[in-house]
Amino acid sequence: MTELLITATLILVKLILIFAVVLSLAAYMVLAERKILGRMQLRYGPNRVGPFGLCQPLADVIKLLTKEDLVPARADRVMFLIAPGMASLIALLSFAVVPFSPPVTLFGREIPMVVCDLNIGLLYFLGLSSLAVYSIALGGWASNSKYALLGAIRGLAQLISYELSMGLAVVPVVLSAKSFSLTDIVLSQADWPNMVRHPVAFVIFMISVMAESKRTPFDLPEGENEIVAGYHTEYSGMRFGLFFVGEYINVIILGAMVTVLFLGGWHGPLLPPIVWFALKVLAVAFCFIWTRGTLPRLRYDQLMHFGWKFLIPVALANVLVTGAVMLAIGS
Amino acid sequence: MNLWRDIKGTLQAYAVTFGYLFRKPTTIQYPEEKRTPAPRYRARMVLTRDPDGRERCVACHLCSAACPVDCISMQAAEAPDGRRYAAWFRINFARCIFCGLCAEACPTLAIQMSPEYEICKRDPLSLVYEKEDLLIDGGGKDSDYDFYRHAGIGVANRRGGNADEYGPVDPGALVP
Amino acid sequence: MIASVVFYLLAAATLAATLLCITRTSPVHAVIYLVHAFFDLALIFYLFGAPLVAAWEMIIYAGAIMVLFLFIIMMLELAPGGKPLTVDRRRWIPVLLLSLVTLGCTVLLIVLDPAAAGSGAAFHASPREFGTALFDRYALAVQVVSFQLLFAAVGAYYVGKGEPRARGDNP
Repeated sequence: MTELLITATLILVKLILIFAVVLSLAAYMVLAERKILGRMQLRYGPNRVGPFGLCQPLADVIKLLTKEDLVPARADRVMFLIAPGMASLIALLSFAVVPFSPPVTLFGREIPMVVCDLNIGLLYFLGLSSLAVYSIALGGWASNSKYALLGAIRGLAQLISYELSMGLAVVPVVLSAKSFSLTDIVLSQADWPNMVRHPVAFVIFMISVMAESKRTPFDLPEGENEIVAGYHTEYSGMRFGLFFVGEYINVIILGAMVTVLFLGGWHGPLLPPIVWFALKVLAVAFCFIWTRGTLPRLRYDQLMHFGWKFLIPVALANVLVTGAVMLAIGS
Repeated sequence: MNLWRDIKGTLQAYAVTFGYLFRKPTTIQYPEEKRTPAPRYRARMVLTRDPDGRERCVACHLCSAACPVDCISMQAAEAPDGRRYAAWFRINFARCIFCGLCAEACPTLAIQMSPEYEICKRDPLSLVYEKEDLLIDGGGKDSDYDFYRHAGIGVANRRGGNADEYGPVDPGALVP
Repeated sequence: MIASVVFYLLAAATLAATLLCITRTSPVHAVIYLVHAFFDLALIFYLFGAPLVAAWEMIIYAGAIMVLFLFIIMMLELAPGGKPLTVDRRRWIPVLLLSLVTLGCTVLLIVLDPAAAGSGAAFHASPREFGTALFDRYALAVQVVSFQLLFAAVGAYYVGKGEPRARGDNP
């Protein structure tokens, strides 16, 4: 029974740590994005609240919390209220399977640096990312507004399409690691990160991940010059904030997944593993922001054509070629 | 090939944005740094004086007629020597849209736009500027121009009663 | 012991969600309850030592098929309902109850890991064993099913293609 208690406590402690780190990181991602985008457009970005604008996230949270929480009169109330929470919750849940560093030995116990090392960790992540559709769909539908509905429908179609290419892009990784467990996948990249071994899969995965996170150039569900704000048009106050924070948590989790699957996770010279992991996640997050500062939004038919007629065939061919090569060299 | 061109085009865009990351922002940090506007900058209106130091405004109401938001109001008055002036002159800068139509309409170049652009107050009523607030010393953009030197001052007394005037001609004197 | 308690709780939640699904008047609500039922079902699969099946249940049924259902419903019926929905706090009861049961069972499953330690250990199938069985013993069945899917895909493409459009005719 004490064993059980210790396990439960450990999981709780890890959960709280991840919660705190991820949520504050998400808040500062917002600031980082605004500052980096600003610099790319020869502006400063927010720099008034605190030194270098470092207290800006706090000010934003206070603003969002004190704003009125509006519910449209003919909205589906229950679903309208639940949807934004779902967006953040599902994004947070994915962190359960991400391994941050090799197991640490503390007080004679080996503590794995992952909340729950499922042997189907990768599928768990894919499952959650496919559930993320529901928060958009229900939020947009329950708002009872045409813009929100259009955004929701766009989001549904986009996420379903790019999930396929994302799932196909990780197949070579699973093939070379021979496991669905994310810890095993990281361990299999001790000498070479998968980015070098499977460059095509890496590129496809990066593009699909950007589409999954609904960010520029794939931000059609919230394309503001066509459908106001898309699926969260009718949201205000902290409920909008939850959608917003969910997006940035999503960026971090997707960055962590790219790190784990393709960039070699915690492996790296000199620095401690956890630092390497954090650096890689932040680098991927920077790429997301960089892309947002660079590329314009795709048109809707371009999005669908690119997903179905280019990414998925290439991903399929990549799976085939990778399988053939691995069979040939007998690894 | 098309695909190659597309990939190259995309990557070039990334290089450009990355390069911009290290350029100095062009932002002017407003309350600390202020840009000096050009002398001809068109912001707050002023009332100017002619070369002799008298008010140029003749209270013709053309500016208030031209004003699309009706923010200029005045009352005309006449000095003993027949020169017209504004008894009071008022611009409500809370309503002004700085279109410059008043300055264009002014026949005497009295109302002109100045480079003073920092006019915001907590109390909108303090944005109502009276003639004393608007008048400046000097002639503004065309300081040599003097309307009355061109047009001449009007007459103070009824026609016929002035010292330098001939009396009316008696038509009967022409009769033989 | 705990495993069977978890099982009965999950089974009850699944049944309740399915019942709610078929009694709802709003199709979107029905879809949501069905997704919930799938979620509970996935947890039951996990409890039984079949994590791979659980993951597929989530990814394919909840994540893809029901999303397509939702897509169609949203395309066809545009508004959440004709009359303004009244603020009825009782509508929260089934939602909260089901979510709590599922959440509690998930936490129990993670903490206790009954699949590894408890009753299900005998039947535990890792993804590797599952794959070997699928593509070795049942290879023929898998091929037949995949051929059927291929035919369906070709058929769908043929039906969806429609009349060939004249050149230069913009959609």
